[in-house]
Amino acid sequence: MNPVDWFNSLSDTITGIVFTTVPFFGTEVPLIVVWLVIAGAFFTIWLGFMQVRGPRLAIDLVRGKYSNPDDAGEVSHFQALATAVSGTVGLGNIAGVAIAIALGGPGATFWMILAGLLGMATKMAECMLGVKYRREHADGSVSGGPMYYLRDGLAERGMGGFGKVLAVIFAVCMIGGALGGGNMFQSNQATAQIIAVTGGDDSFLAGSPWIIGLVFAALAGAVIIGGIKSIARVTEKIVPFMAVLYVAACIVVLLWNITALPEAIGLIFSGAFSPEGVAGGAIGALIVGFQRAAFSNEAGLGSASVAHSAVKTKEPATEGFVAMLEPFIDTVVICTMTALTIVITGTYALPDATELGGVALTSQSFETVLPWFPTVLAVAVVLFAFSTMISWSYYGMKATGYLFGDNQTAENVFKGIFLVFTVIGSAAALGPVINFSDSMIFLMSIPNLIGLYIMAPVIRSVIHGYFDRVKSGEVKQVVHQ
Amino acid sequence: MPDREARMDTVVVGVDNSDASTRAVEFAVDRAQRNSWKVVLVHVIPWTPYSFQTPTENEHRHREKEREVAAATEQVLVPMAEIAERGGVPHTEMVRHGKPSETLSDIAGDTKAVHIIVGRTGDSGLREAVFGSVASRLVQHAHVPVTVVP
Repeated sequence: MNPVDWFNSLSDTITGIVFTTVPFFGTEVPLIVVWLVIAGAFFTIWLGFMQVRGPRLAIDLVRGKYSNPDDAGEVSHFQALATAVSGTVGLGNIAGVAIAIALGGPGATFWMILAGLLGMATKMAECMLGVKYRREHADGSVSGGPMYYLRDGLAERGMGGFGKVLAVIFAVCMIGGALGGGNMFQSNQATAQIIAVTGGDDSFLAGSPWIIGLVFAALAGAVIIGGIKSIARVTEKIVPFMAVLYVAACIVVLLWNITALPEAIGLIFSGAFSPEGVAGGAIGALIVGFQRAAFSNEAGLGSASVAHSAVKTKEPATEGFVAMLEPFIDTVVICTMTALTIVITGTYALPDATELGGVALTSQSFETVLPWFPTVLAVAVVLFAFSTMISWSYYGMKATGYLFGDNQTAENVFKGIFLVFTVIGSAAALGPVINFSDSMIFLMSIPNLIGLYIMAPVIRSVIHGYFDRVKSGEVKQVVHQ
Repeated sequence: MPDREARMDTVVVGVDNSDASTRAVEFAVDRAQRNSWKVVLVHVIPWTPYSFQTPTENEHRHREKEREVAAATEQVLVPMAEIAERGGVPHTEMVRHGKPSETLSDIAGDTKAVHIIVGRTGDSGLREAVFGSVASRLVQHAHVPVTVVP
């Protein structure tokens, strides 16, 4: 059996288990998606609609208005947020959205935006905990994330044993997530776009996509095994500009079709409640919308909490507020831009839209207005994919480190497997890749959200405690000369 | 003696690895002897809270910061402090991270300094050619008189 066939059957088995569905109003609803939606709604209410009350404070925190001047030179709120965002913004925003609209119609956009807004509350909760329960090592380096808050946070509530079990399950799932959504899906879709711009089926690479996978693996290997920091640094610095360029291109497409904008927005709303030709109707659109939003912004999965926990602050709540901006940037801004571009150009309605799926559909939408853009998109996609892979290899490493007590051999084994999956991802078909990626990513939400519910009282008291102290003036902004 | 030192005016001297910086410290020490000033030697490591970093860089940032501070102390502040020591002028040293011109100005405020002294050119040639020197920014923004030593 070759590795790709082996992977396809593995993917089928795991997907079958994770995406167990129940019939609901005549359509099959995956329980795992319901699980994430309920968490978003619960924390939105539980934390008192911080998505509405908190953004101003969040922005002030990012601008350093509350930063202690003695902490200059340490990891700032902006840096922690930017690092987390660059791990989050990836092909989920470009290809994932196209998949959502191809399957769920324009209405999926509405549910994606709603999922992004709800996700802000979940993200706030998990990233606050990430800082609160992080480990500071003797050399001043920090390790944080769900493994630590599940273990230590639950121990504080007298559930030490259960917490340890959840932490281990989480770490195993995060390794899977790193291999799937954080790696294979990225390499798969970046490869698809490279082949598309080099001539599609006639491309000299069309018959052997694994060559692109090998190049990716070699570059990623240079960073994560070879420790060549410059590649990672350069990527981190270019990605934000690519994100701006990408959104700008979306705006150009929207302006070009400005007269069709009201209709496109109308389609998004009408499609949300009474879609035409969508399997499962409104519920079907909702499911794909929520599923792709969660895949893109990772709220409820706990992954971003690892990146956010590096921030220098004495107040864990501050990073909760800052992290809340992440689903907003990722889903409410970037995913919506992609969605509008696809809806306004009408490419989703083409007969082969579902078949194209992913990045090819997004690329085609841009092509209708900017014929040269697919090439630029290929560059952007490769960079997004690469930065997401770097971030997720780090998450996977931290999980491996947690499970094996920072054992160097274990970490090297993980890195090796990671790179093998990069190559498999490039050669496999989109279907099995997205199913496997979804399964592994969504599995993370099971231990993570159980922990969040158990720690809900702590989460609320820390977040509200800080928010009240800011409102009362007890916590003051730093005044410069 | 401590009483006398407490009554002395403070001047902030911005220092780095350059020759201009050495001249600035020599100038400051000379004036400090005549005007009975105490000097605060400050080295600012250029840093911005708005950069983009990898997760690994963030994880080890604290250690990296300590390493930068140790290197700056050893390579910049110790030699500069010797000049002040030889001149018999009361001196303290600081290393800070930040935007050099703003940080020097902030420190002047915090230490109630009456004067800031810097060299005309720093040790980051190309950057200064593009974005202007710390000295010229400081002249525009500082709340106390600034002396730029050529």
